[in-house]
Order: sequence, then C-alpha cells, then structure tokens
Amino acid sequence: MNRHLLSAADLSLDDATLILDTATEMAQVSDRTVKKLPTLRGRTVVNLFFEDSTRTKTSFELAAKRLSADVINFAAKGSSVSKGETLKDTALTLEAMGSDAVVIRHSWSGAPVNLARIIRGSVVNAGDGTHEHPTQALLDAFTMRQKLGRLEGLKVTIVGDILHSRVARSNVLLLKTLGAEVTLVAPPTLFPRGVDSWPAEVSYDLDAVLPKSDVVMMLRVQRERMGAAYFPSAREYSRRYGLDVDRVLALQDHTIVMHPGPMVRGMEIASEVADGLRSTIVDQVTNGVSVRMAVLYLLLGGSESAIGSAEA
Amino acid sequence: MSWVLKNVTLYGEGDPVDVALHEGVIAEIGHGLSADEELDATGCVLLPGLVDLHTHLREPGREDAETVDTGTQAAAVGGFTAVHAMANTEPVADTAGVVEQVWRLGQEHGHCDVFPVGAVTVGLAGKEMAELGTMADSAARVRIFSDDGKCVSDASLMRRALEYVKAFDGVIAQHAQEPRLTDGAQMNEGVNSSMLGLAGWPAVAEEAIIARDCLLTAHVGGRLHVCHISTAGSVELIRWAKGKGWDVTAEVTPHHLLLTDDCARTYDPTFKVNPPLRTQADVDALREALADGTIDAVATDHAPHALEDKETEWGAAAMGMTGLETALAVVVQTMVTTGRLTWRQVAQRMSETPARIGRLEGHGRPLAVGEPANVTLVDPGAAWVVDPAAMASRSRNTPFAGHHLPARVKATFLRGTLTAREGKPV
Repeated sequence: MNRHLLSAADLSLDDATLILDTATEMAQVSDRTVKKLPTLRGRTVVNLFFEDSTRTKTSFELAAKRLSADVINFAAKGSSVSKGETLKDTALTLEAMGSDAVVIRHSWSGAPVNLARIIRGSVVNAGDGTHEHPTQALLDAFTMRQKLGRLEGLKVTIVGDILHSRVARSNVLLLKTLGAEVTLVAPPTLFPRGVDSWPAEVSYDLDAVLPKSDVVMMLRVQRERMGAAYFPSAREYSRRYGLDVDRVLALQDHTIVMHPGPMVRGMEIASEVADGLRSTIVDQVTNGVSVRMAVLYLLLGGSESAIGSAEA
Repeated sequence: MSWVLKNVTLYGEGDPVDVALHEGVIAEIGHGLSADEELDATGCVLLPGLVDLHTHLREPGREDAETVDTGTQAAAVGGFTAVHAMANTEPVADTAGVVEQVWRLGQEHGHCDVFPVGAVTVGLAGKEMAELGTMADSAARVRIFSDDGKCVSDASLMRRALEYVKAFDGVIAQHAQEPRLTDGAQMNEGVNSSMLGLAGWPAVAEEAIIARDCLLTAHVGGRLHVCHISTAGSVELIRWAKGKGWDVTAEVTPHHLLLTDDCARTYDPTFKVNPPLRTQADVDALREALADGTIDAVATDHAPHALEDKETEWGAAAMGMTGLETALAVVVQTMVTTGRLTWRQVAQRMSETPARIGRLEGHGRPLAVGEPANVTLVDPGAAWVVDPAAMASRSRNTPFAGHHLPARVKATFLRGTLTAREGKPV
C-alpha cells in the first residue's frame, strides 16, 4: 500500500481486498463490549476538517479511538476559500507536533494531494471538493460485499449529481478495480463533460436501468443546483430521478438501496425507501467505522492481523 | 561603446558575417570589422530584438511579484527589446497618469522598452470606457487596449471600443472568455477535469467570444487582436476571419504550444493558467496555425506571482505562469527543431509582426545598416535546463522547471547597449 490514501485509484485489487478483509476483522471488535484495540497506542491521528462534516469526522474519530490512537480534531475554520497559507501553515504546525496521520476534508479538489507533498506522515483523503472520497467508496464496497456476498460482476447503479459528487468518482474507480459494473444515471446536465472516458456506463433513463441493478446508490442532490439551471425544479428532478415507492417495485428481490448521506428525503429518495428493508443506509454508517479503522491501521504500518491471532 | 558581433548568421541564413553596433544603430555589416568590444558569435543566429505583446510587470501594486525593473531584466535575458505591459495593475492602467508612470519606469531602468497597454474599461470593470484617446495621446503613446485578465464581454461596449480606437489606429486586444460559461472555472473542461473534480473552462467560452468579436470587427471596420488563443476551434475562427479579409490578428503563448491539461493531474498550481492548458489536439492545431501564419505572433503572457499565491490548493491559487526567459527556447523546441518554422519566420512571429500590431517604431526592424541596434543573439546549440531559482524575474512560477530546452539567448542589445548576456541581465 501507498503511504497515503488520496484517491481510490491508488488502490490495487490486492490493496482494496486487504482493506476490506481487515475491515471485516475490525467489525468484530465493534461487536464486543469493550470496543477497543491497543494497536495504535502512542500514535497521533489528526482530523483536519476545513469543511463541516459531522458524520465523517465522527466516524474517523471513532475509528482512531477504537485503535487507541490519540486523536486531535483540528478545526480549520473559515479557511476553505481564503488564501492557501492556511493549508501550508496548518500542515507545518501538525508536522511540528508530530502527527502520524492526517485525515483531511477540504472544499477544494486536490487539497489532500497538496498536503501530502508537504508533510511526512500519512494523509487520508476524507473528501476533497468534487474530486474523491475514497473511504466512502471502501465502506460502500464493504457493505455490498457484506450484503450480496461478492463484488465481481455486480451491477451497481449510481444515481444523482455525478458532476459534483466525490462519492461517485471514488466509487467508479474502486468498483472498476474490484470487478463490478457501474452505470451512472443523471440528467445530462449533472454529468461532467468527459464522463465518456470513465470506466462506467452512462444513462439518462433511471427506469431502464433499475431492473438490471444489484445495487442502487442514490446521491444527494443539493437544491442550490437549481439556481444554476441544472434542472428546473426539485419536483421534476424527483419525478424523473428520485427513488420512490413505485420505482422500488421494479427492483429485483435481492437488490439493495444505498445512500452515502446526508439524504434529502423526498427529493432523491422517498422516506419509505430510505427506511425500508432494502436500505443499507444505517449499515453503511456502521461499516464506515470498521473500514476507517482498517485504513488507519494499514497506513500506519500494521502488517500482522489487526486484532491478534485468536480469530485470524 | 561600440560592439562587433563576430561571425554571426543573420536570421540563421547565409554565410557568417560581422555586425557592428555603434551609436544605437547597426553601423556596418561585413567582414573583419572591429569595435570597442568584440563578441564571438560563431554558430549563433542574429534576430531582431524580440517584442512581447503580452507581459504582466505587476508594477504598480504587486511589486512583491514583479517590478518594471525585474520584469524588464527578465525580458532582456529572454531576448526581448520591447514588451507591452498589461493594464491589470493596482491601480489599473486606465488613465494617462498610470500608463505614463509605467512607460517612464521602463525608460529609466533601460533594460527593455516598455509600452503600456491601456485598459479598455475603467477599472477593468467592463462598464464604462476608459479614456482611451488620452492614453493614446500621452507620452506612453498607447495603441493596444485590453482588459486582459477579464473579457470585454458586453457586446455593445466591445463594439464601441473597436470603433472608437480607429481614430488613433488603436487595436482592442481581447481576452476571449465568456464569463457566464466560466464561472469558477479551474482548468480545461474535458476528460481530465471530469476526473479531477475541477470546474471546467470549456473551449466554447473562448470561441464564442472570438466569433462574436470577429463579426463586430467586420461590422465597424475596426482592428481586433485576440490574446492567447488556446483551442483548435479558435484557430478555425481566426482562419475564417482572415479569409474574409477582416483586420484580425492572434497570438499564442509558448506554454500553450508545449503543455497540455495532463499537467493539472498533479494539482500543482504552477500549471494553473488562464486560458487553461488544453489537449494535445489543441496544441497540435496551435503549432500548425503558428506555422501557416493563421496565428500571427507568439506572446508570453508572462504572469509572475508571489510564492504564497501559488503554494496553495489549486482552487485558491492565482492563474498564470512566467514566460519571458523561456519563450524563445520553447518556440525553438516546438517550432524550429521540428521544422515548422525557419529562423526568419521566428523573427516575424516574435519581433516584426508583434511590433507592427503594437505600431511600434524602432522595433521589429530589418537587420540592415542604419536600422536601430535592437538585436538578439541566439545560440541554437546551447541546450539548457530551466532552473526557477536562476531566473531574473522576481517570481519563480515557471511551468518549465527541469525542462531541457534547446537554444539560449547569448546576448541582447537595446539600441546598441548590451542588456543581457548568457542568461544574466547586464
């Protein structure tokens, strides 16, 4: 594995499989009464969040704490659009304090790449702008494998604001590596120019794709996109691309419904569907902690079995 | 002091001769000449001093990035004897006072003639026309007007500007960028931007403005110069406008002749520039167009930036790259060593034609006895590696760091005075 996790494209099939397998081990820890391993005792993990994200920050924090790492939450407020001295100066500060890993969330695409060039420790991309969110893709893959038993040949449909989605980019790259077949569905305005070159199918017709899907992943669509004329109204978007109760009837029995959150209920996904039996939304949150434990453990040099030899 | 350049070929053609520079002019061309100072130019090519249509000198306002002094030293090192200083300074060069200040600074420092470009609109705001005539009549004798950095996007204002400057033989140099199509744009819109998650700057945003402006130019009988064209589509439009006989010229930068948007994959903001680096197909079209004359001139768009404006996230970084000291070598690499241009054609595209577009006297003149001694001596065999730390520019944001480039400017003379030698200002 690389020293950093900046893009899902950095992961080979072996790397990704190792992370998922390690996450399976980690998941066992979460089922114990004492949910803690001594593995990263004495190591320091910094959560560097330039953009608000309670759920991702909490997930990483919990993951690091369950591995007994010291966790520092570094609130870099208001720096997202101000000049970039902040990133460099913050990085140098963290470096001087002896951090072993920095988990970074940033509103600019590529900021983790810039950070990795400055500091000696590991950098984990926890979401950068409209670029990538590799641990989200890993937890999604983990959830798919958990629910459906495999990834190879799985037909995964990702629906929503592909243009602005870091979740979509990381999922397309990782699922390609893992052998799944991805179809992206959105109105044409919410695809980036150049999407033709991605290792994924592109469709504007959700109803045509749903019956063939093993996994349907709905992405959040921000209402402010309407202001920039990406689509005329929330109602029309929901009508054409929302996963409502009627559309769910077209799915195969085994098909699961995923969402990385936060959801806009009633927009891209109906409440009944989000809370329904097919929904893995809560599992994704749980699995997120296990996957992030695995990532931190492997990046910070774990080579033997993460939770000791007993169950390995 | 008089100089004799020994054993040099003019425009890289014919047998070597000696060229004597005395009292500001080319005094004699022949054999066995002598002077106060002698420079062995065996194997070298003599060109008329290069003329840049597009330079950001940053003074007044951002003297931490560049000054007229340091920028013109960089120009001299790069073989330039004249540069056009863009108007996007602080304050903006939209009055006679500012353009005269910049012009005088150029004269005082004496490394290279500085011809200020006047802003088209007050404060580059795109609302009201600046006092173009007053700038034209000032000591700076402005002929090129541009809101460069911003597009004169208002069609009515652009039409009036093209019409108005006819009175003093001015030209509007347009930064072609439809603002509504490039809101928040970070890089070329295409395969790379889609993967990198950076907002796209589509080719159509440049081409739509060029098409409109060519039609406006035809309508009012004006003179249009298109800055830094970057796409294959823009080349087609310029070719079309020229075919109609309209008075339209265009420039291309060295970086658009060599680099593509693959550079953005590093997220290194050194490669962030406006207009953005495009695709290899665009690069190929630009090279072909510069060779066949569709593109009239090479212009550097030398855009120095302080370190803190570049050492940052891509999205927060300033746009632009330096270019004065590498321009000729990049043109040689992309155009001469590949057989697309002769040295005489390099002289046209980097000296004679830019001087004509700027209506300069005393620059871009023939290499002949009695002409001003604004000349550049090039050693085509001197390959070099670009080292940002060794540059005369105050800024270090060259995209060519570590590149091996052919040909180096051996010496530059401004009216017979040596201004740079072997990569160092004099």
